[in-house]
Amino acid sequence: MIEVKDLYKSYAKGKVNALNGITFSVEDGEVFGVIGPDGAGKSSLFRILASLLLPDSGVAVMNGHDVVKDYRKVRQIIGYMPGRFSLYQDLSVEENLTFFATLFNTSIEENYHLIKDIYQQIEPFKKRRAGALSGGMKQKLALSCALIHKPEILILDEPTTGVDPVSRKEFWDMLGRLKEQGITILVSTAYMDEASRCDRIALIREGEFIASDTPQGIIDSYSGILWSVEGDRMSAMLTALRDHSAVKTSFAFGDKIHIAVADGLQAGELKQYLAKKEFSDVRIAPIKPTVEDCFMALTNE
Amino acid sequence: MKTLKFLIEKEFKQMFRNPLIPRLIVLFPTMVLLVFPWAVSFEIKNIRIDVVDHSKSTYSKRLTDKVSASQYFILHDTPPDYNTAMLNMENDKTDMILEIPSSFDVDLVKSRDSEVGVAVNSVNGTQGLLGSNYIMQIVNDLSSELRGELTQTLPPQLRASMMHMPKIDIVPQYKFNPALDYKNFMIPGFMVLLLTILCGILPALNIVMEKENGTINQINVTPVSKMNFILAKLIPYWAVGLVVMIISITLSLLIYGLWPAGGVIAVLISAIVFILSVSGLGIIISNYSETMQQASFLVMFFILILVLLGGMFTPVSSMPAWAQWIAAINPFNYLTDTFRMLYLNGSTLADVSGNLLALGVIAVILNGWAVFSYKKRG
Repeated sequence: MIEVKDLYKSYAKGKVNALNGITFSVEDGEVFGVIGPDGAGKSSLFRILASLLLPDSGVAVMNGHDVVKDYRKVRQIIGYMPGRFSLYQDLSVEENLTFFATLFNTSIEENYHLIKDIYQQIEPFKKRRAGALSGGMKQKLALSCALIHKPEILILDEPTTGVDPVSRKEFWDMLGRLKEQGITILVSTAYMDEASRCDRIALIREGEFIASDTPQGIIDSYSGILWSVEGDRMSAMLTALRDHSAVKTSFAFGDKIHIAVADGLQAGELKQYLAKKEFSDVRIAPIKPTVEDCFMALTNE
Repeated sequence: MKTLKFLIEKEFKQMFRNPLIPRLIVLFPTMVLLVFPWAVSFEIKNIRIDVVDHSKSTYSKRLTDKVSASQYFILHDTPPDYNTAMLNMENDKTDMILEIPSSFDVDLVKSRDSEVGVAVNSVNGTQGLLGSNYIMQIVNDLSSELRGELTQTLPPQLRASMMHMPKIDIVPQYKFNPALDYKNFMIPGFMVLLLTILCGILPALNIVMEKENGTINQINVTPVSKMNFILAKLIPYWAVGLVVMIISITLSLLIYGLWPAGGVIAVLISAIVFILSVSGLGIIISNYSETMQQASFLVMFFILILVLLGGMFTPVSSMPAWAQWIAAINPFNYLTDTFRMLYLNGSTLADVSGNLLALGVIAVILNGWAVFSYKKRG
């Protein structure tokens, strides 16, 4: 169980506030996602929880061990995977894994069952140097190394950044299986679409949690009316929509535009408005909000 | 211990897997011992000289011949007047001008006293100083020769009184380095430089590389103690340093016939004490730098201080007082001195114990600081 209370952290002698009072807790065997844009404070939070960074104030307890006072104990029970690939590029896959196993006084064989699923996929390349692996394989190796000492808590800092969509999906499937083995997982990501793979998520912005709930709970709390708009000349249309008084927010979402509209606005009305501005072939449909829509709405409040 | 052994294994694995480091470890001492001692020398030879001979007499001819016969000078020209010679110097065709007055021979015979003028290009200070010294030696040499000869021409009674006049010749004996060979003087210094770079600089850069690659984060979340981590970084380079030291001692015996008169064991023991202190300095540098660029810059800075204020090129005793204070805490200075004592003076371990004690104290202070400033978290 992770218990965090009122964490504050600032850099540059207090000029830059990375964390502004973070409080949350994660239950045993839960997958907890911290979701937010770059620079929101995710890495600072995770580095504090991994005992690599000292907080200015506040308490963080990992399975009963304080990250400041009992940092030695904390390091025994956590597996930390930094955002950047941080294994020895000049050592082979197998050498990296053996290295971290030995440092924790264990061996690959002893905990092979934990990493079997993941490691099997890179085992054919075990003599290859880590630096020569593809992005997806590097992530698998890093996860294997973080798991090799059988941690109780996994801290994964943006594990899927820079990884292709197929590998990303595989990665989340692997996390699902680790959860089944009772490992508590704290994971951060900038990809909002990964939120639904978590048991609970927290949306972080400028060092603060702006919402924290199950993914469904976050979506359910969305109160507005959301439409998607499709058509030609999307970027011009985005500007046009922003000029409309009944459109509260509008932002590009893949190849569509998501708009939050005021009560009482009819789709036909909006179509006419756009037609006047010479946007033809416009399709408008009401949609269910996603986590990203919720994040945008909360950010605009 | 098991962890330490494993960490050291990993360091060696990485060291030999690096395409550059193993080659450099061989190439570097070879280069330093084969090439530098010949190039870095304060011996000034082949000074180009113009002789302006106004006298054109037998004596002035003898002086000119003596100058051109010397291994230090190359007679460039004998221009008719000083201005032509000066023009040569301005155009960098000659380095020195020796001007012999027209009354040279008359003065010598009649008043037994004459003067010659010397002008020397002192843009290169060492060349200027040594060049004028060499010329002085040659002129003195000639004057004592002439003195002996001219005495013969005197009337007997005068000759007798002349014989009683004291005649002082200075005959220098170059102790400990009889041939006055600068290579013998520089090689011990170069050995110290090798040790500084291999045992002080390389491990420091290695640690900073772990920081820059982020691998230190992964190490820091393991139960590895900071002592083990640092020791595992240092021990491989200590081993390399000692191996290179043995190679250097052998090479300088084979190539230059230079063998430590004070004993090879004494050389190795002092090297070990030095290695301990200089690796402390390396760790401090690595603790205060986050990137390779910062570390490299600090390294350049310290290497210059260590070498230039360490008595390798210029004697510490001729430095201003504040520089001598820096030299007093400079480990480089102590080992250079120790190596020269062991190699050239034939001192024993007991003679250099003062230096070794100083090195030991510096080692304790630097390493204490290194451990203190090493943080496992930010």
